[in-house]
Amino acid sequence: MSRVQPFEWEKPLVELEERIKELKRFCSRAKLDFSEEIANLERKAWTLRREIYASLTPYQRVLMARHPHRPTTLDYIRLVFDDFVEFHGDRTFRDDGAIVGGVALFEGQPVTVVGPQKGRDTKENVARNFGLPHPEGYRKALRLMKQAEKFGRPVITFIDLVGAYPGVEAEERGQGLAIAQCIEGMSFLKVPIISVITGEGGSGGALALGVADRVLMLENAWYSVISPEMCASILWRDSARAAEAAALLRLSPTDLLKFGIIDDVITEPLGGAHRDHAFTGMQIRAFIRRYLAEIKRIAPERLVEERLARFRKLGQFREKRLAEI
Amino acid sequence: MMMNLEEAPEGLWTRCDGCAQMVFSKELEKTGFLCPTCGHHFRIGAFQRLAMLVDEGSFTPFPPLVAANPLDFPGYEQKIKQAQEQTGLDDAALVGKAAIQNTDCMLAIVDFSFMGGSMGSVVGEQLVRCFERATAERLPVVVVSGGGGGARMQEGVFSLMQMAKTVQAVGRHSRAGLLFVSILTHPTMGGVYASFAALGDIVLAEPGALIGFAGPRIVAETTREKLPEGFQTAEFALEHGLIDAIVPRPQLAQYVSRLLEWHR
Ligand SMILES: [Zn+2]
Repeated sequence: MSRVQPFEWEKPLVELEERIKELKRFCSRAKLDFSEEIANLERKAWTLRREIYASLTPYQRVLMARHPHRPTTLDYIRLVFDDFVEFHGDRTFRDDGAIVGGVALFEGQPVTVVGPQKGRDTKENVARNFGLPHPEGYRKALRLMKQAEKFGRPVITFIDLVGAYPGVEAEERGQGLAIAQCIEGMSFLKVPIISVITGEGGSGGALALGVADRVLMLENAWYSVISPEMCASILWRDSARAAEAAALLRLSPTDLLKFGIIDDVITEPLGGAHRDHAFTGMQIRAFIRRYLAEIKRIAPERLVEERLARFRKLGQFREKRLAEI
Repeated sequence: MMMNLEEAPEGLWTRCDGCAQMVFSKELEKTGFLCPTCGHHFRIGAFQRLAMLVDEGSFTPFPPLVAANPLDFPGYEQKIKQAQEQTGLDDAALVGKAAIQNTDCMLAIVDFSFMGGSMGSVVGEQLVRCFERATAERLPVVVVSGGGGGARMQEGVFSLMQMAKTVQAVGRHSRAGLLFVSILTHPTMGGVYASFAALGDIVLAEPGALIGFAGPRIVAETTREKLPEGFQTAEFALEHGLIDAIVPRPQLAQYVSRLLEWHR
């Protein structure tokens, strides 16, 4: 992995961590015992780490969600499942590399897995279109989910995309229709669905993969109708004020849990998922195990009814008072 | 931004977006807000649309709902109040039971002049109730959409969830074997198009209406390409197989009533 600049707010911590490493190297070379000093510094680093990551602002979490070393969908598939075969194509136009999917084994049980795939470097990002799907990507996703329904296996979706691709060809091939059909298809699918928002959850392009019985979200992920940058440029014609917009949009897991939009928050390693892929994968596996056991028992018709009821109640409004009419 | 023609003082002239000619406002009312020179369809409000589409006196609106401010978004209440005063609507959708040339249906009209026709919790809930009541009473649904960006940014993720909610109500109505005619007017974009509006059994559009998911400006900025001529117009959508037909406004009521009759 290439070296990535730490975030501004992490710098004191990174410097301290460097000093500890330096001191350890020096000790082993000079055969000197500084273990007490090292232990002291490590305690200090631990406290500092807790302080920094416990008080992240909404926008700092957005930046964490976009960290270049954050695990991608294919990483999670490798970490969470025991085996995986990828299937391609929408059977109509082409295979959209921005969405991956196939059948995986989850603790011995076959499941269908679908999710957007961001690239890990520039070359991969070009091939993956930065994880921004075209209509055929959503049609592939829906095709695989219908296949899951036919064979009675649960569906797990991962969500990490800033939105559907805004391109000429995407519009020509019915981006809006493909999203609507994906939402429709998931809504009435007669098998259990779990969605895990692992990074970015931007607008209809994300929702199209997120109509699930249980919606889980990593601690440093965001989910909203618009990205904070776009929101800021609409509000103040200044995308640089994204941090303020992120706070206004209430896009972080704590708020979304309160709103009933998501069902649980998956804890990340201190400092973010990119610091420990294996641990993050284990966490996700544990949450999927728990929620899958919960919804697997429900009869298919009731499952759909409960899924529809879950979304039916999302929204806040009031009846107009008589005096106002 | 188009002026509110209802409130335009007598004798006022309006410039046509189609041919840049000045049109006498009184003349527009007579033509159903079509440019007498080029046929350009001027945007009209929900009440004007209602008058042109349904049988006189047949419309019974649903109980009115008003927006809450679920995110405590600064300035949202004032924006709502302003839009209410300007349009006479409670929110961007006018929903109720109506008759179109003697055939009963549930009708929803999404009005661009109310915060760009964006879909917040109220629009979502009213549309869901529209489809639910239609399912219960075994009636067809006619929706006239005209929403700019589709998303009600001030309601954040709640606005997003209305896409799922409305699609699910459409799905239930459809599974009951009932007809949904979706009429796309200028502009139907974003979350409005990518949810209920795209899912009509029959999808119609007015000539020249902008239809799509991402706005043309965003597409141009992202791709840094010159957009093809007529990109995302109703004619473009028809050519690419995304809609069933383009119906000029003066023929709309007759056209829809025929469809309703044939699906009775
Ligand atoms: Zn004209």
